Amino acid sequence: MEQGKYHKLITSEQKGFRLNLKEVFKYKDLIYLLVRRDFVSRYKQTILGPAWAVIQPLLTTVVFTFVFGNIAGLADSGAVPTFLFYMCGNVTWALFSGCITLISTTFIANSGVMGKVYFPRLCVPISTMFSQFISFGIQMAMFLVFLVIYLFVPGYSIQPNLWILMFPALIMQIALLGFGFGIIISALTTKYRDLQFLVGFGVSLWMYITPVAYSLKIFEGSIIYHICRFNPMTPIIEMVRYGFLGPDAGRIDLVAWIISLAVTVIIAIIGIGMFNRVERTFMDTV
Amino acid sequence: MKKEILEIKSVSKKYRLGMIGGTTLRDELQRKRAARKGLEDPTRTIGSKAKGNAGEEFLALHDINLTVYEGERVGIIGHNGAGKSTLLKLISQITAPTTGTIEMNGRIASMLEVGTGFHPELTGRENIFMNGAILGMTKQEIESKIEDIIEFSEVRQFIDTPVKRYSSGMFVKLAFSVAAHLDSEIMIMDEVLAVGDMAFQNKCLEKMNQVSKQEGRTVLYVSHNMNTIRQLCERCIVLSHGQIVFDGDVEEAINLYLGRKHNYENEIVVTDEIREILVPNVPVITGINLNNPTGILEFGSKMRFLIDVENRSNKHWDFLLRIIMKSSGGNVVTMSSTLNTIGLDARKKGTYSFGMDTSNVVPGNYTFTFVLYEVGTMNVDNNLDVLRDVAEITIKADADFNHGMPWNPRWWGSIANGDLEVSEC
Repeated sequence: MEQGKYHKLITSEQKGFRLNLKEVFKYKDLIYLLVRRDFVSRYKQTILGPAWAVIQPLLTTVVFTFVFGNIAGLADSGAVPTFLFYMCGNVTWALFSGCITLISTTFIANSGVMGKVYFPRLCVPISTMFSQFISFGIQMAMFLVFLVIYLFVPGYSIQPNLWILMFPALIMQIALLGFGFGIIISALTTKYRDLQFLVGFGVSLWMYITPVAYSLKIFEGSIIYHICRFNPMTPIIEMVRYGFLGPDAGRIDLVAWIISLAVTVIIAIIGIGMFNRVERTFMDTV
Repeated sequence: MKKEILEIKSVSKKYRLGMIGGTTLRDELQRKRAARKGLEDPTRTIGSKAKGNAGEEFLALHDINLTVYEGERVGIIGHNGAGKSTLLKLISQITAPTTGTIEMNGRIASMLEVGTGFHPELTGRENIFMNGAILGMTKQEIESKIEDIIEFSEVRQFIDTPVKRYSSGMFVKLAFSVAAHLDSEIMIMDEVLAVGDMAFQNKCLEKMNQVSKQEGRTVLYVSHNMNTIRQLCERCIVLSHGQIVFDGDVEEAINLYLGRKHNYENEIVVTDEIREILVPNVPVITGINLNNPTGILEFGSKMRFLIDVENRSNKHWDFLLRIIMKSSGGNVVTMSSTLNTIGLDARKKGTYSFGMDTSNVVPGNYTFTFVLYEVGTMNVDNNLDVLRDVAEITIKADADFNHGMPWNPRWWGSIANGDLEVSEC
C-alpha cells in the first residue's frame, strides 16, 4: 500500500518508549477544551464557584498554623510569620498532590470515552496537569497577596531573594514528578484497582515525610531528617520557601535537589513507558 | 483505478475469558510466589484444571484479511458476538490487535457510540466543540462548520441549553451532525442511527450517501437493520465467529446472513418434513413447479405455478389455494383462488395451474408461501396444508425501470402501479 498523506499503521507489535508529542500537539484544542470542561463543570451549580480554589488551602493553612504551628510547635520559622510559612508549603504541596491523585484516575475515570474513540491518551493527564496549574495560579496569587500584606506588618522579617528565580523551574519539576507518579499509578490501576485506595492516603502520608507541616531544621541530626532529605519533594518545597520567605523559612540543599531532579526524570520516563504499554490495550482489562 | 484506503492483514484479536477485572495485586503476588515455588495457584478454584487459564482464551477475530477502496460504502453484518464491533474497535485504534497489521491512508471518524465525550453540564454549542475536538477536529475547523452542524442537527433552538436537558433524540441528532461534518477519509458507524426518528435516520443515510459519492469518503457501517444496509452500502461483509465468511454483493450477503438457501429450485418436491402443519387425511400439496428454469422473472410479467395435489382422505374434498408473496421487508401481496373451488375425489391426485399477476411487483427477491385451505362453517378459513417460504424468485428489470431512478422498497413499497394519471381541472 502506498503511503498517503495521513498514512497510519496499527500493528500488534509493542513499541517501547514513544512520547509522540507531535500527535499530542495536533490535539491541543482538545487539551484546551478538556481543561475548560474540567473547570466549568467543577464549579457549575456551586454558589461560591472558583472561590473554592482559594477557600480550601486557606482553611488548611489556618488549621496547620493552629495545630502544627501553635499547639505542636513544629514551625521554626524565625522572623517569618507561621501563617505564611504554612501557606507557602501547602499551596506548593497541593499542586503535587492534585496532579498525582487526579492523573492516577486517567484510565478508569475516562474509560467511557476512551473505549469509543481514539485520541492520544496522553491528552488527558496533560490536561489534568494544566487544570492543576490554573488552581495553583489562583492559590499562588492569594499567597502573594498575603506576602505583600505581611511585608508591611511590623515585627516580622520576610526576605524574598534571588532564589525566587528558580520558582518556575521548581514548579515544572513538581508537576512532572506528580505527572510521572500519576501515570504510573493510572497504568497500574487498569489491572490492580487496589492502588486507587492507596493513592489517597499514600499521598497524605507522603506529606508527613515532606516538610509541609513542620520545618526541616527542627529534626536536624535525627533519622527523620535523613529520610526527609532524600524525599524528592523536600528540597523543592524548601527551596520555594527559601526563595519567597528567606533563610528562616527554608534551606538550599543542592545535593538533595540534584538527586530529586534525577528521580523526577527517571519517574517521568518510566511513567511514559508504562503508559505507552498500557494505552494500547487497556480497554480489554479495565 | 480504485485506490486502497484501508488494508487489514491477517488480524486476530484474542481475549482472555473469565476474571480479568477481578484480579488484585495480592492475588497476582500470591500467584507469582506460588509459581516460583512450583506450588499450585492459590487463587484458582479448587478442582479446576491446572493451567486453566491457557484454555480460557477466546478468539474474537480470527485471521481477518480485508481491503477497502476509496469511496466504498461497506456494510458489515453478522450475528451478535460475530466480531463486528471488535473489528471496528481495532480499526479505530481503541485497542490493538493481538496479531496482524492494519494500514490506512486517512483520518477516521468513528461513531461507535453517539455523543462520546458529551458533558451534561455543557451546552449544545460547547459540546459540539468538545465532541469535535475528541474526534480530532481543530477549533478553526469546527468554527467554520458550526453553522452547518447546527442546521443539520435540527436543534438550533436549544443549542445554548445544557445537554442534560435534551431528549435522547436531540442528543443523537447533535452527535451525528458533528461526526458527519468531520473532515475524515473514513467514517465508521456502529448502528448509531437506531435512536433517531425515521425522518432523521433517512436524513443521516442520505448524508452518508452524499459524502461518499460527492466527496469520495469511505463508509464502514455495522447494522442489524438490513434495509439501511441495502439503502447505503454497495458492498457487504458477513462475519461469523470472528471470520469473514462472505464479501461481495449486498443482497447475497443479506441472504446468507438471514440463512436463506441459495440454490434455486424450479421443481419442488414437497415432503411431509417441510409442511408447517400436518393435518391427517386431507388434500395436500405434493409438488410445485415454478415454470421458470432460471428463477429470474422480468419485471412486468405474470407467473404460472403448476401445483400437484393429492387427496389423502377417503372422501371427495373441495379446497382453495392461497399464495403469499414475501420480500425481506415483509409480506408484499396475497392472491387466493376464492372464486374457483377445486374438487378432488377420494385418493386421487391432480395437477392444477395457477396464474398469478406479479407484473406490478418491483425488482427484488421474493419468497412464496402456499396455503391449501377450505372454507369451513361460518366462513372461517380452515388450513389443510401450509408451505412457508418454500419457493423463491428474483424479479429483475432493465435500466430504465422507474425512469432510471433506483426504487427503494423501504420508502415506496413493493408495488409499482405505473404513473399517476394527471389532468387539469
